Amino acid sequence: MRPFTYQRATDAPSAVQALAAAASTNTALTDGAIQPLAGGTTLLDLMKLDVMRPSVLVDINPLSNAWSAVSLDGGNLKLGALARMSDIAANPDIQRNYPVISDSLKLAASPQLRNMASLGGNVLQRTRCTYFRDVSYDNCNKRNPGSGCAAMDGFNRTHAVLGTSEQCIATYPGDFAQALMALDATVEITGKAGVRSMPFADLHKAPGNSPQIETSLLPGELISAFSIQGRWPRSTYLKVRDRQSYEFALSSAAIALDVQDGTIRDSRIALGGVATIPWRAREAEALLKGQKFGDALASQVAEAAFKSAISRKHNAFKIALGKRVVSRGLQQAATMEI
Amino acid sequence: MTDVREKKPASGFNRRAFISGAAGAASLPLLAQAAGAENTAAQDPNLPVDVTLQVNGTAKSLNVDARTTLLDALREHIGLTGSKKGCDHGQCGACTVMVGGRRVLSCLTLALTVQDKQITTIEGLSQGDKLHPMQQAFIDQDAFQCGYCTPGQIVSAIACVKEGHATNDDDIREYMSGNICRCAAYPNIVAAVKQAAPAMADKQKG
Repeated sequence: MRPFTYQRATDAPSAVQALAAAASTNTALTDGAIQPLAGGTTLLDLMKLDVMRPSVLVDINPLSNAWSAVSLDGGNLKLGALARMSDIAANPDIQRNYPVISDSLKLAASPQLRNMASLGGNVLQRTRCTYFRDVSYDNCNKRNPGSGCAAMDGFNRTHAVLGTSEQCIATYPGDFAQALMALDATVEITGKAGVRSMPFADLHKAPGNSPQIETSLLPGELISAFSIQGRWPRSTYLKVRDRQSYEFALSSAAIALDVQDGTIRDSRIALGGVATIPWRAREAEALLKGQKFGDALASQVAEAAFKSAISRKHNAFKIALGKRVVSRGLQQAATMEI
Repeated sequence: MTDVREKKPASGFNRRAFISGAAGAASLPLLAQAAGAENTAAQDPNLPVDVTLQVNGTAKSLNVDARTTLLDALREHIGLTGSKKGCDHGQCGACTVMVGGRRVLSCLTLALTVQDKQITTIEGLSQGDKLHPMQQAFIDQDAFQCGYCTPGQIVSAIACVKEGHATNDDDIREYMSGNICRCAAYPNIVAAVKQAAPAMADKQKG
């Protein structure tokens, strides 16, 4: 790990001020010289690997009191970005009204990591692409823009099949973000100019020709909260992985349904483990609207969800697996007792 | 580098409580200083910084590199080598300690960030010579072979019980999944957690 200067922010203005210096030093928060430190579970890991090399860490944990509140007012949910994953997963109101959120958090990482990791940091978690994490590979467009991609013709079993580009096929590794995608969450961002909001769906950027730019956060900005309109008691998160627990998804699906008298009025599907960003399957989910749920329909939706998938040498299995995860997730959501 | 070693108190409780109280009072000026940190001159990243940690009820003052993780502070600077370094990347759980009553990974925690929290390591679990019920259960159930992961397993297992996640085998396995055992003593670890859970509940009632 390289030497850094440690700063402790005492409140939101001091955090933003300390991070604002980042605006002049870099163009992408994810590789900035000045980094906010919350749970630290990704940041310290990547600093030890020499993948991230910040010269200043701004400890924002003292903001936890202000930024970790949970409120469920009039059926709308607001989650503070410094709330810890374990606390939100264990919240009975969230388990009852938004099971897709509590499931996605509970199935992620380990109990220790969930006690540490913040919600805001979790959605910004970096890819687990082996070539990104191993600096002995020079050719990583995410780390060294323009250097190529070792994963394209390398060992790419865990890599993405959706949202890929010729520059990058690194998988977005998180779980909670898929729940936020499915529920049309809004992300609240605090920066030097004040507070702004945007659809969570606009936060992550597909790799395209600039895989080094992963989000639309501006340098120095912090995620301060997430909000969701309405309640989604008929929702679930299905995660399939190489081992039963404490593992990243090979394929996952966040599913939310609104069913009235057997007819699907609204449906949401977001996919994880198979895409470069938290992936909303809009065309596929639209097939469910106004329909009665059945196995044939589920298969049709699953096919549609992976219509644009592109596989490489070792990850073609993810297309077949992903379709089954969509089918099974829909089945679970459609039949759950609420 | 500072090396602080504390002799283990022979009959701990009163002395530990006294030290804990004194440490709390001593740490106040330090917190006030940290609160105004961004107003002072930027810390030189190449110079060590003062850190005071509250470990097992005792204040430990260190002068360490800002990069020092809680795990390295405990092992290399305070001399508490019970917490183990397995992967050093948050993947194995051997470094698990309690910070503010919650189980966390000390290898992914900077020592600088936990100065205002109570830290409990494997060394802080027994009452003098009387083992914690979870330590006793690991011995009774033969819940280890090489023992390297055991301190992390035991700290994690205590948290697992306190969180209410030790009610059945499946839950214990799920909520102990952050602690890897290369010897695969898993069935006996589950048995140990099941043995200790009622004993811990009795202790709380008493």
